Amino acid sequence: MRTLRRIHGLMAEFDEPTALVAAAAAAHEAGYRRMDAYSPFPIEELHHAMGGHHSRLPLIVLIGGLVGCIGGFLLQYWAAGIAYPVNVGGRPFNSWPAFIPVTFECTILGASLSAVLGMLALNGLPMPYHPVFNIQRFALASRNRFFLCIEARDRKFDLEGTRTFLETLKPREVSVVEP
Amino acid sequence: MDPNTPPPVIAPGHTFGSITDKISSIVLARRTPLGWYAGFGIAFLFVLVLLVSLSYLVVKGIGIWGNNQPVGWAFGITNFVWWIGIGHAGTLISAILLLLRQEWRTSINRFAEAMTLFAVACAGIYPLFHVGRPWLAYWLLPYPNSMGVWPQFRSPLIWDVFAVSTYATVSLMFWFVGLIPDLATLRDRSQSRVGRVVYGMLAMGWRGSARHWHQYDTAYLLLAGLATPLVVSVHTVVSFDFAISILPGWHTTIFPPYFVAGAIYSGFAMVLTLAIPIRAVYHLEDFITSRHLQNMAKVMLVTGLIVGYGYMTEAFIAWYSGDAYEGFVPINRMTGPYAPAYWALLFCNIVAPQLLWLKRVRTHVPSLFAISIVVNIGMWLERFIIIVTSLHRDFLPSSWGMYSPTFWDYSTFIGTIGLFLALLFLFLRFLPMISIFEMRTMLPEAKVESE
Repeated sequence: MRTLRRIHGLMAEFDEPTALVAAAAAAHEAGYRRMDAYSPFPIEELHHAMGGHHSRLPLIVLIGGLVGCIGGFLLQYWAAGIAYPVNVGGRPFNSWPAFIPVTFECTILGASLSAVLGMLALNGLPMPYHPVFNIQRFALASRNRFFLCIEARDRKFDLEGTRTFLETLKPREVSVVEP
Repeated sequence: MDPNTPPPVIAPGHTFGSITDKISSIVLARRTPLGWYAGFGIAFLFVLVLLVSLSYLVVKGIGIWGNNQPVGWAFGITNFVWWIGIGHAGTLISAILLLLRQEWRTSINRFAEAMTLFAVACAGIYPLFHVGRPWLAYWLLPYPNSMGVWPQFRSPLIWDVFAVSTYATVSLMFWFVGLIPDLATLRDRSQSRVGRVVYGMLAMGWRGSARHWHQYDTAYLLLAGLATPLVVSVHTVVSFDFAISILPGWHTTIFPPYFVAGAIYSGFAMVLTLAIPIRAVYHLEDFITSRHLQNMAKVMLVTGLIVGYGYMTEAFIAWYSGDAYEGFVPINRMTGPYAPAYWALLFCNIVAPQLLWLKRVRTHVPSLFAISIVVNIGMWLERFIIIVTSLHRDFLPSSWGMYSPTFWDYSTFIGTIGLFLALLFLFLRFLPMISIFEMRTMLPEAKVESE
């Protein structure tokens, strides 16, 4: 078993999105958990087939939006009411209706920044190196091929056994992913 | 074939591979077409004109423009509003049509978003230089300073700063997020080392993992949901610059909806103006089909009618208000010294687009192109009329005046058109102008069949 840890995993290549989803579901069924599927475009069913969970991103975006909203309003309240009060025709210093447009823009800015940065952080990007790039044919994952990689750190992983299992899914080919 | 089914979004016969190759080959081709050099060269000449105009403005001050008292806002703000409005179609196509599940948007959203970014960049130049001392423009932002001064948050002009800068930031992020998977495609397909390194760094190690796609889709949808109210708010805030003032012709509640409709109207006209030559030159008729052009023509027709309704409401309320100054505004527009511009605007924005009711016109590409240019001109005239005719004759005849643009007004405007086109040429050469990964999802093979 010790030698097996030196590889990243086993990669199977498929022609069709349907075949990839079926393979991912079969691997999940067989008890594999540490795996990932790669496709040239988003496939909704794939995430569920691998037993994926809901994204935490909406919560992050909500928090980002609230921070932008409250921060934006407090900035104006503080600037116009405390730090630099200007009397405009006797109107109240905290003239909150006039502060709504900027509060709104800050809400959108906070939420959008957290959507983009949150997505990158949850995905662990930027990540310039990843073992899957060692497979020559993996360049086609951004064109027209579909890949399923069962990783060596999976408890059920066994080089021969997993290879035999992947062969039953009728892939184009199965290859070893160097770390 | 059933005549009622709409023509397909992609011409038949394409596969995942052929879509990828066709779009990415435009970027990855080793030889740059001669026409590209010619186009970029001409556009770049006008960028130089812009540089000279702005440098001279910094040296001499904004007195080189025709602005005066009472017409303190003239070409600068006209062009600002025109450019911002053009940008709005990009966001509408990429965000609102995504939420409405209009699949045809996929072929045009990438370059419409690029158009948004470049238009906002052109728009930003005007207020930045109109402040007179552009090196102090950062005073518009709230930051702790030794003067102890803070911006006036009750002013629509400061709302504008926040709206436009948020809009520019969100548009840039939306565009970049959409590009990440395509940058990975370019990284994997580029033949040159420089290409692999540059696209590779920009793609940030994207590998198309299913877990990543899941987060990605969520982020993209949330961004679309956030950009939708944002785009409406931006032109609303732009219209507040006028509507919050007490000037006759500006102080009206129809402005926000009428400005937003006008923005979409002019933006779709610009998308058509750009899409028609681009699809012909790069042979993209398979992806930007007649259906796309027809749909855009329909959006133009509808928003044009809303704009027409806005003009009628403006004139009616001016009369109905019983206010002598308000009532004078439409009469001055129709018969005053700027009347030719007003009638030209009515022709361009209201009369000419009525041809789009005819299917024959919507499917005839040269007429569509001509109408889109006419609408672009009309929407520029609309902003000019709103700004200049309201300012030049406001209340007391003793304070009336006239405005006529100077050479530098024209050269700055033409210069920003050059900047816009130069950026667009660079974009067409170095980035995929159609979203490759979204086009793949349009193919029937992309659907997963349930057992």
